Amino acid sequence: MIEVQHVTKRYGPVAAVSDLSFRVEAGQILGLLGPNGAGKTTTMRILTGYMPPTEGKAVIAGFDVFESPVDAKRRTGYLPESPPLYPDMTVREYLTFVARIKAVPSSDRRTRVDDAMGRTSVDDVADRQCGKLSKGYRQRVGLAQTILHNPDVLILDEPTAGLDPKQIIETRELIKELAGDHTIILSTHILPEVSQTCERVVIINQGRVVAEDTPDNLTGRLRGSETIRLQVDSSGVDPTSALAAVPGVAQVHAGDAGSDGRLVEVQAVEGADIRRQVANAVVSNGWGLLEMRPVRLSLEDIFLQLTTTEEEDADASVEDDEAGADDTPAAGRTESDHG
Amino acid sequence: MDNIFAIAQKELRSYFVSPIAYVVVGLFAVLFGYFYIASLTILVRFSAQSGMFGGPQNININEFMVRPLLSNTAIILLFFLPFLTARAYAEEKRSGTIELLLTSPLSDMQIILGKFLGVFALFLMMLSVTAIHMGILFWYGEPELGPLLSGYLGLVLMGGSFISVGLLVSSTTQNQVVAGVVTFSVLLLFWVLSWMADSAGPTTQAVLSYLSILEHFDDFSKGVVDTAHVAYYLSFIAFGLFLTAKSVDSERWRG
Repeated sequence: MIEVQHVTKRYGPVAAVSDLSFRVEAGQILGLLGPNGAGKTTTMRILTGYMPPTEGKAVIAGFDVFESPVDAKRRTGYLPESPPLYPDMTVREYLTFVARIKAVPSSDRRTRVDDAMGRTSVDDVADRQCGKLSKGYRQRVGLAQTILHNPDVLILDEPTAGLDPKQIIETRELIKELAGDHTIILSTHILPEVSQTCERVVIINQGRVVAEDTPDNLTGRLRGSETIRLQVDSSGVDPTSALAAVPGVAQVHAGDAGSDGRLVEVQAVEGADIRRQVANAVVSNGWGLLEMRPVRLSLEDIFLQLTTTEEEDADASVEDDEAGADDTPAAGRTESDHG
Repeated sequence: MDNIFAIAQKELRSYFVSPIAYVVVGLFAVLFGYFYIASLTILVRFSAQSGMFGGPQNININEFMVRPLLSNTAIILLFFLPFLTARAYAEEKRSGTIELLLTSPLSDMQIILGKFLGVFALFLMMLSVTAIHMGILFWYGEPELGPLLSGYLGLVLMGGSFISVGLLVSSTTQNQVVAGVVTFSVLLLFWVLSWMADSAGPTTQAVLSYLSILEHFDDFSKGVVDTAHVAYYLSFIAFGLFLTAKSVDSERWRG
């Protein structure tokens, strides 16, 4: 459905995207993951026909975006990073205008607009001016705008950026719902978002594909070098040697004892889940386990990992079943920091 | 075609939901009214003097009032239209809505024509206010209709040219003030191009006065509709819109 073939985009001497290739099958959700400035927006702008690539080509539903732009654009819905709203129009006026320029036949316009408003639950603000909407509503009106003409392909640039945690969950649900009828590419720099919504992930860094995988494999890779942070009350004893003896532990780094126990970081060998063993070791030594939590790798760490290690042998040995539940608040925090 | 009208309608609407349309049309009416009264006063004094010295008391209204009034109107337009066109592209770029337009199934030309028609419609509304003044003139006097209409045709064509320059300039920046000032400067230069003609060689002189927007307007206000002048304005508009399309396209390549 979507094909990106050896796309390169240069701004003067700087390459924002170089030799990027990937494809998305019909009905899939692909996550485009990367830090800010990795080339996500540029890739999406090329796909939507906003700008031409310096080299290579993009194909949407069989139409080359630059050979037959109107045909390709008719089949694409695009939500830019900031929703392209006209502040002085009401939501209904805005959507009607967009329906018109997206070539929705005039007889269908009303139903399509109502339908899009219903699906994105913006009907309660239908007569408010776009400029006076909250960020969450603006984002949803932006989403409504992408599905008006029932396109085959949706391209969403950071659809959850700047939303509060509740809105993020709602938006993800909405996107998953839309995936039935549409092929979706969404970009994000938030890892949990990808694991929750996408079926495939393309990680790009500095304009190149660093990895292309399913979210499960990706999480497996992360688990490969998991680090656990412990707060241990070891009553004066240095816990380093006891913990280092636990099978599966690669490295132990203990801090100084404080009033509230001692901070210890335990790094596992790749692919091992050492949480139970480490907890057991602490308890069986008669120490107090005050706190224990996994140190989540930041996206930057993953990039470091992906760009520095050659082999891709990470295998998800343990299913991470709680990840979904406890990732969301973290994601909310990250995003509100970002916004 | 519907695409073009959708854009035109959106454009026109945006002037009316903001104070722009009211301020511009209102002040245009005030200024036009002032020039109208001023030229009327001159006409009356002239006519009285002419009667005193034994000349005809019914002097030509077209020659002594309508013509200078329309020339003055052209100058008002020179000042006003750059403010109307300044936002056309600059605002879309600044607010990011240009991404919506450029990723919709529209050709660049459809967007440009839509924007042109939107501003042009507002300009026509602005100009139509003066029908009241002219109506009064017909009520109390006997001006000739022909030269009046040809004068208005000239104004409409000239306004169209101003708008096409304004769109071109607006498409190159996202700053409305820059767009307005540059448009005004370009138009003013085109306006006074013929002044240089007097001191130039014969060939340069012909070229300069041909390019001058003002030169071509003169005949219209005299009541002469010369196809050469109509062609000048129409090709001026077309060339402006063509360059705007090129500018939008090059902007796209540069990202």
